Amino acid sequence: MLLIHCPYCETERPELEFVCRGEAHIARPQDPSSQTDEQWAEYLYLRENHKGIYAERWRHIHGCGRFFNAVRDTVSDKFLSIYKTGEPKPDLDALAARFAKSSAEAKK
Amino acid sequence: MAEDMVTTLYAPDAGEEPLLSLPDVSMLKTAPVTRLSFRGREEARKAAGKGFGFALPTKALNAKTKDDKAALWLGPDEWLLLAQDDALETTLSSLEKALSETPHALVDVSHRQDAILVTGSKATWLLNVGIAIDLHIDAFAVGTVTRTLFNKAPIMLWRVSEDSFVVEAWGSFMDYVSGIMIEAAEELKAA
Repeated sequence: MLLIHCPYCETERPELEFVCRGEAHIARPQDPSSQTDEQWAEYLYLRENHKGIYAERWRHIHGCGRFFNAVRDTVSDKFLSIYKTGEPKPDLDALAARFAKSSAEAKK
Repeated sequence: MAEDMVTTLYAPDAGEEPLLSLPDVSMLKTAPVTRLSFRGREEARKAAGKGFGFALPTKALNAKTKDDKAALWLGPDEWLLLAQDDALETTLSSLEKALSETPHALVDVSHRQDAILVTGSKATWLLNVGIAIDLHIDAFAVGTVTRTLFNKAPIMLWRVSEDSFVVEAWGSFMDYVSGIMIEAAEELKAA
């Protein structure tokens, strides 16, 4: 079972208690009425959804109920970083490099 | 068994037959209590503490008990406040008075949930039939309270002593939760 650390409960819980709510750090436009349809559609629907290291919003729905952000490798399902809502997005490339290094060391 | 519990709020309901009564584990329905759902930010938390009689806990997954009241941490801005069944009016009015100047949400949810008391040396075994978290005493200390899932039903779990737990589920989910545990307990009878 995949265990996920909740930054608010400060403990690891099974994945069952969580839901993933898509890409993180998508800011709602300050003035929606100034947006063109294309801009608005992009904000609503278009996500990067790439393979690999990805910053996502997760919600501890069957626990404290809070949203938080997590950086996850969508290939291996490994969580590289978990941080509270409002904290800045970590440098994904640096995280990926560190992760690759530590998993290479583990293989030795 | 009852003496070492962190709270005296959950008394077995005298009018009810035990749901389960085995040498190693028992399940009892509890008498009604007053439950208040309280949500608010730091300022509201402080004000609510004054109205409730003691400060609400800020440590994650922790409960504070005093006299015949308890405040349970459910989230960083969410608490469940417990009091005696007949103390609803007084608790509510003193909280509302203390919180009159502060934005908050305070709702009486006394009848939303039912509670059962699961007690005995096999209590953790029985709960782990449906709960996927580690209930070993080192991982889940006495006094720890959390919301989690029991198979498909959301529950609240509070460890009130080393071998007793309060399980709260919404009224319509309680038969599901207790039914599965009663069924699983057949295995203990066979052993």
